[in-house]
Amino acid sequence: MTTLQTVAVIGAGVIGRGVAQDCAEHELDVVLVDRDPAILEAALAEIRQQARLYAMLRKRTHDPVRVLSRIHATTSLESIGAADVVVENVTEHEEIKAAVWDGLARWARTDALLAANTSCIPIASFAARVPRPERVVGLHFMNPVALTTMVEVVRGQATHDETLSAALAFLRRLDKTGIVVADRPGFAINRVLMPTLNEAIWVVHDGVASAVDVDRLFIGCLGHKMGPLATADLIGLDTVLRSLDVLHASSGDPKFAPCPLLVRLVSEGHLGRKSGRGFFFHGAAEEAS
Amino acid sequence: MNEASQRSPEQILRAFLARHVPAALESEEDFFARGYVSSLFALQLVVFVEKQFGITVEPEDLSLDNFRSIGAMERFVARKRGVAP
Repeated sequence: MTTLQTVAVIGAGVIGRGVAQDCAEHELDVVLVDRDPAILEAALAEIRQQARLYAMLRKRTHDPVRVLSRIHATTSLESIGAADVVVENVTEHEEIKAAVWDGLARWARTDALLAANTSCIPIASFAARVPRPERVVGLHFMNPVALTTMVEVVRGQATHDETLSAALAFLRRLDKTGIVVADRPGFAINRVLMPTLNEAIWVVHDGVASAVDVDRLFIGCLGHKMGPLATADLIGLDTVLRSLDVLHASSGDPKFAPCPLLVRLVSEGHLGRKSGRGFFFHGAAEEAS
Repeated sequence: MNEASQRSPEQILRAFLARHVPAALESEEDFFARGYVSSLFALQLVVFVEKQFGITVEPEDLSLDNFRSIGAMERFVARKRGVAP
């Protein structure tokens, strides 16, 4: 990878649209791919809104029209051939991700940097599916992407030094710093965070404290910026559940078994911020009727 | 918008905040500084204020100072509607 101009972002969910927005705000051309046209439409609407609203929380301001003009949204994975970097952000499900990586093997340029954005799945499983697995790296972006200045970078066993340098250069272009960790389930952050969130949910489930009080304790006593249950809502309760399932399956350790309250909320469609309700209410629209 | 004509901006704002902030708020109490909500909540407030009061928050209005207390939001809404608070 000699120059960096075009980034393909696969998956237009919460993180994918954040990565697309951030790249476009940094003057990169973005090909945003999702198999669902409705999700792409929602992603573009949200990117327009966030590009405007984030001015409140950071120094830089961006013209939403200009940001959107750099993003080409498409349902066709075949459109990624021009990309210097591909960032895959599809749902945390091994079979779905594997199918997408088979597509990357076919349609991405052979010298493109391929980044897996996964909460917990080892990136070696993706690298094995593409030609030149040494160009595969894990880039674990956090939500909200355009407001977060650090990324957990995962070095697989096959990842070359050049790949790592290119990945860190890509992050610098986004004004972010990368911290490199080894390729083990959950990496560093989620190996610690997911059982912590799960235990906080158990605290609510067992009636030890309300969700509000658990979060207030972490904010007020420990100086956290955000409590564990608001964090779970921000990540998405479905993503938390799937991450725990992946950690549970890969380690066999019962400490990763998801709390029944988490399972119930997800089955009822209460996914946190993205659905308007999780442990807390997040909507604006329903109150405005 | 019908609701907005029946209730005062303060009542509407208090009803919304009661769902997100786990304490009774003084009119000028900075709920961000008190640690009740993260700064991301400001984004929800902007969208709520726009929808509820039918105003557009312009780029120059996007300051936490317009949204950090009930009083600040009341004054902001009044200013955008062109009426005295």
